[in-house]
Amino acid sequence: MEKLKANISNMLNPKLKLNPKIFDKDVEQIPIRKGFGEGLLKAGEIDKNVVGLCGDLVESTQMNVFAEKFPERFVEVGVAEQNLVTIASGMSAMGKIPFCASYAMFSPGRNWEQIRTTIAYNDRPVKIVGSHAGISVGPDGGTHQALEDIALMRVMPNMDVISPCDAIEAKKAVLVLAKSDKPAYLRLAREKTPIITTEKTPFELGKAEIYWMPEMGLAQVGIIVTGGLMHRALLVAKELEGEGIKTKVMNLSSIKPIDVKAIVALARETKRIVTVEEHQIAGGMGSAVAEVLAQNYPVPMEFVGVQDKFGQSGTPNELIEHYGMGKNSIKEAVKKVLKRKS
Amino acid sequence: MLLTDAKIKELENKANDIRKSIIEMLLEAGSGHTAGPLGMADVFTLFYFHILKHSPKNPSWDERDRLVLSNGHICPVLYATMAHAGYFPLEELKTLRKFGTRLQGHPHREYLPYVETSSGPLGLGLSQASGMALADKMDGKDKDRFIYCFMSDGELDEGNSWEAFMFAGKNKLRNLIALIDRNNIQIDGITENVMPLEPLADKLRAFNWHVIEVSGHDMKALNEAVEEARKVQDKPTVIIAHTIPGKGVHEFEKNFKWHGKTPNKEEAKMALHELRTLGGKIKSEHQ
Repeated sequence: MEKLKANISNMLNPKLKLNPKIFDKDVEQIPIRKGFGEGLLKAGEIDKNVVGLCGDLVESTQMNVFAEKFPERFVEVGVAEQNLVTIASGMSAMGKIPFCASYAMFSPGRNWEQIRTTIAYNDRPVKIVGSHAGISVGPDGGTHQALEDIALMRVMPNMDVISPCDAIEAKKAVLVLAKSDKPAYLRLAREKTPIITTEKTPFELGKAEIYWMPEMGLAQVGIIVTGGLMHRALLVAKELEGEGIKTKVMNLSSIKPIDVKAIVALARETKRIVTVEEHQIAGGMGSAVAEVLAQNYPVPMEFVGVQDKFGQSGTPNELIEHYGMGKNSIKEAVKKVLKRKS
Repeated sequence: MLLTDAKIKELENKANDIRKSIIEMLLEAGSGHTAGPLGMADVFTLFYFHILKHSPKNPSWDERDRLVLSNGHICPVLYATMAHAGYFPLEELKTLRKFGTRLQGHPHREYLPYVETSSGPLGLGLSQASGMALADKMDGKDKDRFIYCFMSDGELDEGNSWEAFMFAGKNKLRNLIALIDRNNIQIDGITENVMPLEPLADKLRAFNWHVIEVSGHDMKALNEAVEEARKVQDKPTVIIAHTIPGKGVHEFEKNFKWHGKTPNKEEAKMALHELRTLGGKIKSEHQ
């Protein structure tokens, strides 16, 4: 038992100072959106030009933390997502760094063309914050489960796309985005999510990190993850290690800019890739990885994500299992890709 | 903002020159919009040559007023006015809509940084102008400069326009002055047939705006309307400027078909003749 623990501490990339309690039953769980709230407060303290705009969802997007501390820099726009982002564009033209928060389904879901014309086309440093993304929104049902937002935003020129794996990474992402002079989309989730990283874990735009790796020798499969499914992917990697299958798990929170070098290096080593995301398979992070590999180093790939379907009401866990993004689905995808010729 | 009779005469001549440039540009480009730009030539002339605090030789001057053109499709009048005001050479107007031009078919601020925003897709300008006005209010600069937004009546069909009217009314943005080009036409016909807007002034008042109605071709009345707007303390102002689409060229006036088409050689020749003779007032064509 002691030996296994020692091994695990080597397999969780020690350079990244990840949460040592990741595999404990009582691992701390915090909603990813909470990290946004804390990050925005901090960004507001650092730079007086940071402003917050919200579309009648102040508490559930966690913008209340900023709004209470800086009421003079908070703008309530009401249930009007088209206005939300266009007002933000105007404010950015006068030197502000606006963060606009709503649910991902409505922003960027409803106001895509407004974002394209007034923010991306103008290259204004507005940050679109889409909370409650993914199937794990749960009981609200399919109308509220944004499963297309990564695709919508990553096709837009000038737009960066970030999907953090936990609340701590979300907080760091906010601080980095507040300093960037580019437009960006930050994808958040509603549900409590296990804490993977620590304050000391690095976060950089355009950089992917290997969170899990074999203690010795080469990995046979590379698992690339974005967002809140990271914990499940790590649990799978650990179980597979027990079954004698060596994997590497990459956190691809920065979907755009994308870390071509790290993705190609992983594919070179493993010759097989599985991508994992809470999003439609079409157009999502997995597609972004496929674009990179098809051009640079083609290898067999399997995609874990939603398969061209809308969601429905249920608990987050029920839905993740039902729509094929649970631990078993990830494990099956790894075994399937292993059987393919590389 | 005293406007003398001599100055009015000068502005009217300038507007006529700008109309000629618009016809020449559109003929060269072969596509684009005719009626809207001609209809707004007087308004643009008054603003760029009398009202706006701006510096064509130093376009990024921070203290300048901001003018957001929401209905980007009338950009020939924006480009022509800016060229006449000295932002760039008149010669460049001939590049409108051509490959590599700074004068894109609809304005793009990365190509032409002198425009405050890119526009074309309708209903987005007033929100951006509201954001600019709110940012200035936050910074205590709402008494130093004004944010103007020119918009069309057709784009009031867009829900986003009304979201912006609601927002600016709520935030009492006194430094925001919108001007609606009320020319009563849009691509599919007369606005009141396509999607009725009236009673427009009442609607805007109900959204907590100060409303002024004026002719868009009367320099003196327009100037007074802007003066009145700048004195309003507790709300944004919208000037409904009644214009004649195609103004200045008899054939183009009041026919919605000229909204989205350009003149051919013969039509341009006729239009330029009318403009050069000041509508037949003088015999020889002046240049």
